[in-house]
Amino acid sequence: MSLGLIVVLLISPFAGFLINGLFGKWLKGKEKLSGWISALAVFVSFACSIIAFTSVRGGGGMSGDEGILYEWIKGESFAFNIGFHVDALTTVMLLVITGVGFIIHVYSIGYMHGDSGYTRYFAYLNLFVFAMLILVLGNNYLMMFVGWEGVGLCSYLLIGFWYEKQSATDAGKKAFIVNRIGDFGFLLGMFTLFAAFGSLDFTTIFDSADAGNFQQIFGASTLVIATLLLFVGAVGKSAQIPLYVWLPDAMEGPTPVSALIHAATMVTAGVYMIARSAVLYELAETGEVVAWIGVLTAFFAATIALAQNDIKRILAYSTVSQLGYMFVGVGVGAYASGIFHLVTHAFFKGLMFLTAGSVMHAMANELDMRKMGGLRAKMPITHWTFLVGAMAIAGVPFLSGFWSKDEILHSAWAISPVIYGIGLITAFLTAFYMFRLIFVTFYGESRVESGVASHLHESPPVMWVPLAILAIPSALIGLLLGWGGHNSWFHHFTEHVFPKAHGEASGNMLVFMGISSVVGLAGIAFAWIRYRERVPAAEPTHALHKLVANKYYIDEVYNAVIVQPIKNGSHYLLWRILDTGIIDGIVNGVAAAIRLIGGTLRRLQTGLVQAYIVSMVVGIVLFLAYYLFVR
Amino acid sequence: MLLSIVIFLPLLGVIAIALLRGMGASAIKGIALAIGLLTFAISLGLYTGFDATTAELQFEEKLAWIPGLGTSYHLGIDGISLWLVLLTTFLTPVCILAAWNSVEKGLSGFMMSLLALETGMLGVFCALDLFLFFVFWESMLIPMYFLIGIWGGERRIYATVKFVLYTMAGSALMLVGILTLYFQNGNSFELTTLYAKAGGFEHSHLLFLAFFIAFAIKVPLFPFHTWLPDAHVEAPTAGSVILAGVLLKMGTYGIVRFCLPLFPEAVTHFTPLIVTLAVIGIIYGALVAMVQPDLKKLVAYSSVSHLGFVILGLFAKNPEGIQGSVLQMLNHGLSTGALFLLVGMIYERRHSRMIADFGGLAKQMPIFASIFMVVTLSSIGLPPLNGFVGEFMILLGSFLTDAFSKWYVVFAATGVILAAIYMLWMFQRVMFGTLDKTNAALPDLNAREVVVLLPILLFIVWIGVYPKPFLNRMEKSVGLVVTQVRQETAPAMGHAEKQSLRDSELVLREGQSETHASKTDLQQTQRARHEMSEGTSHLGVYAAKRRYSGRSDLPIATPYHK
Repeated sequence: MSLGLIVVLLISPFAGFLINGLFGKWLKGKEKLSGWISALAVFVSFACSIIAFTSVRGGGGMSGDEGILYEWIKGESFAFNIGFHVDALTTVMLLVITGVGFIIHVYSIGYMHGDSGYTRYFAYLNLFVFAMLILVLGNNYLMMFVGWEGVGLCSYLLIGFWYEKQSATDAGKKAFIVNRIGDFGFLLGMFTLFAAFGSLDFTTIFDSADAGNFQQIFGASTLVIATLLLFVGAVGKSAQIPLYVWLPDAMEGPTPVSALIHAATMVTAGVYMIARSAVLYELAETGEVVAWIGVLTAFFAATIALAQNDIKRILAYSTVSQLGYMFVGVGVGAYASGIFHLVTHAFFKGLMFLTAGSVMHAMANELDMRKMGGLRAKMPITHWTFLVGAMAIAGVPFLSGFWSKDEILHSAWAISPVIYGIGLITAFLTAFYMFRLIFVTFYGESRVESGVASHLHESPPVMWVPLAILAIPSALIGLLLGWGGHNSWFHHFTEHVFPKAHGEASGNMLVFMGISSVVGLAGIAFAWIRYRERVPAAEPTHALHKLVANKYYIDEVYNAVIVQPIKNGSHYLLWRILDTGIIDGIVNGVAAAIRLIGGTLRRLQTGLVQAYIVSMVVGIVLFLAYYLFVR
Repeated sequence: MLLSIVIFLPLLGVIAIALLRGMGASAIKGIALAIGLLTFAISLGLYTGFDATTAELQFEEKLAWIPGLGTSYHLGIDGISLWLVLLTTFLTPVCILAAWNSVEKGLSGFMMSLLALETGMLGVFCALDLFLFFVFWESMLIPMYFLIGIWGGERRIYATVKFVLYTMAGSALMLVGILTLYFQNGNSFELTTLYAKAGGFEHSHLLFLAFFIAFAIKVPLFPFHTWLPDAHVEAPTAGSVILAGVLLKMGTYGIVRFCLPLFPEAVTHFTPLIVTLAVIGIIYGALVAMVQPDLKKLVAYSSVSHLGFVILGLFAKNPEGIQGSVLQMLNHGLSTGALFLLVGMIYERRHSRMIADFGGLAKQMPIFASIFMVVTLSSIGLPPLNGFVGEFMILLGSFLTDAFSKWYVVFAATGVILAAIYMLWMFQRVMFGTLDKTNAALPDLNAREVVVLLPILLFIVWIGVYPKPFLNRMEKSVGLVVTQVRQETAPAMGHAEKQSLRDSELVLREGQSETHASKTDLQQTQRARHEMSEGTSHLGVYAAKRRYSGRSDLPIATPYHK
């Protein structure tokens, strides 16, 4: 594989960003052109990704020194490179990013039609793809971090895309800051790794990590600390407890952005990072922490999703929950299964967000499903594609989510039946809230306001064709890649990347599949019973419902316990009292004291000769007295 | 001669303007800008002619000045001062162009002050004679006094007097220090001979403090920082840019040039105190910046935070930390300079710097908003922009060092989060939201203003994406400083580090049979060895001199373990 291919793959979206970013004014009247340039840029990357994929399948790849583009930060005792690492895991990520990315770019051409920030939107979107590619292509942690920060920036810019809206810019800022808290951990994790290995290159670290025997740092083994700190980064980026709070708010951004960044690609970066660092997590045995955080997040977010009425929010909490599953996968050592779920999720969740966008498009940006109902008549394609996505996530047999989720649960059983149990309950909840959404939105009586109802319509082809295209892999990719469970094509393709998963193949897989199917179908059935003809109540009916509907008041707690104390403490305690009052008070006090002393002493200089003579005589007398009597 | 030309060309400009004062505003501006650009162009010769493979002083000039006093006109630059010289010659014409239309009265005086200031600053960075250094150090106060005191805001007199007196209080201490060194140096102010005697001074702790406090005030290190917000708020834009961009760096430069190499033992002694103050400064500066209602004050406090990082890196005493700090000096000059320029541009339009007066400017002034965004990101330290490279190296160096605990780094790294909070919150309140009617007619940046900002943006991206030309020119000089400051630090090595060093040697000695024994430990030992040999090879002139001067009992290079 040549370096040139990777450079083209990487640079193409950046070129798209520059064209749309710098010549936005000139492209203003040529909306279509702007969008297609942008989509084409991603398509070029997609084509290159396919070439890279076939090369890796044929045994090619890129690692170590051959992938180095140039020396980036270099001093006497350290060198960090801009370099690429391409293996099976990389190409899987590349195909997802550029493949789903391209479809979403095309969809956006229709979705963003008429928006005054059209070219700016595509510039940001291209920049995002560029940063995401850096993240997965880098051959060292520092470069991964560059992409990591880059996608965070684009996420910030795109969440706050409609910057005149206070809630949008608040959400963008929140996303960036919460992510930065994670990055803080990532940064320290990198330092710890560098302290242990003298390098941040993947090959160097993974090759020498086999030896074990590490120094102590912060009272524990370096490797344990490093993996946990890196996981803090993943918790921020992939929206896990306790840093998940930014992701639901991120739905303020345009819906295709939610599909691409906040479902299919960026938020899965943490999962990718852990899969990439599999060697380290195996040695440090910190995977269990990852799995627990993952499963708790999965369950917790799913419960919140039960009581939401905003379709995008439901999807957002669902994403948090599904990311939790992925962490369970990589946490219990089933790295390939975790990544497999990442892939299937990218398709079905991307699809569901885009269909949600299609609904919004038709409903004049309405998101509250209590004001919908019966939409399937007017929007058949949207309905059918959404149904495919929902069935996939619910784990309906033979659809994609069924395969990947089942592999994860199966592997979890071997490590901890409790994790398996929570995961299974979550699977039931998932099926339930997703079909609650379907029945309330697409079935039953229409509750659409008359003003909106008159121009309720199916979306234009530029939007529904991408839906139809995404629906195919959402349905079938699990069957194609996942047939055979732990012996599937996907596992064989990635087997050289990951250490041999432990705890595989315990228990009969068919039994697990059977249980999962029953649970998923039960969730759907339960939703059918409850919401076939009923609309969620306008107000929560009892205390528990209220608690869940208000997302357990976590945002309020964070605000009261962290945000406000810091803000007020900084304003009153630090600035007003300490800085202006005490420190500057001392500075000015010293000056005032000197002025006072000077002013007092000045009075001695009266200019009266008599006074000088008097003081002179007094002085002489005192001196004489001293020498005569005292000494 | 090149250095003298670069230093005194601006002074020539001052004289020219003084003589041609009657010629009208555009002529004065033209002369000032021409001189500024010419100085920059000539100073580029320092860049191209610089030899990155040595730590020796370059472009050296030495003339007897007052031989009876033991002082000479001795100039020279190394890989550290090179960048500060270039930063100064770069920012001065930028400031002249930025002040194009904003000076209403006393234009000639303004331009003369700016150019005179340039001479003073350049002299500080090039002087290798303590007396000469002090002359330049003090001389640059005068034009700055005028810049704030005449062209400043409402409370300009208070601010300028505070600035000058505070600095002078530090200078007085430094003068005592300089004189004490003079007598211990055989009645000579020569810096190179002082280096040869490094570590052997009497009263080295007091001497260190005398210098360090003077520099700490300039930096400013918490809690000596309260002059800074006042000075920035009252100073005209150009004054703020120079103040933040260059003057603050004179403090950190002084630390690298004098405190670290001359008093290594005192450095070790005071490191815990100083890095504590630095880390407090990082967090405190950021938190106070966050709640400022005034844009300029916000940027001023952010400087306290950023400069805390620089101090931290310097006292890490390893190549990563010090090189990062030197780079960060440059970065801060560019990013904060740009922020002050941007604030100045909006002030010229709206005559307000209050964040609450703005909102929604992104719609009205898209070019302004885009450039502001890039500079904001640079200040936050987002890769791959310049600020990240510097901060990363500083934090990495501080993490690896044996000079202080890793917990300092944990706290310092929270500055990364806080920077995002205060900058993005400010950006949101100024740029996003709905546009107020009073701001609805504000024009976007004009061509001149874009020209002022574009070169800075270029460097912000360049240093971030390809910092090699910058880093490799400072590498050898930083290496020398590391060797110098490490002369006395061997006994200070922590127990844990010593233990692990011993362990790794053990592995090296006995490990042949145990093939599974730690590869990593081996690597680390190799790394330590590698550094040891490196350390000897990049010893510069001073070490050699030290050997001749009969102090060969000092360890030349102390290997240190990470």
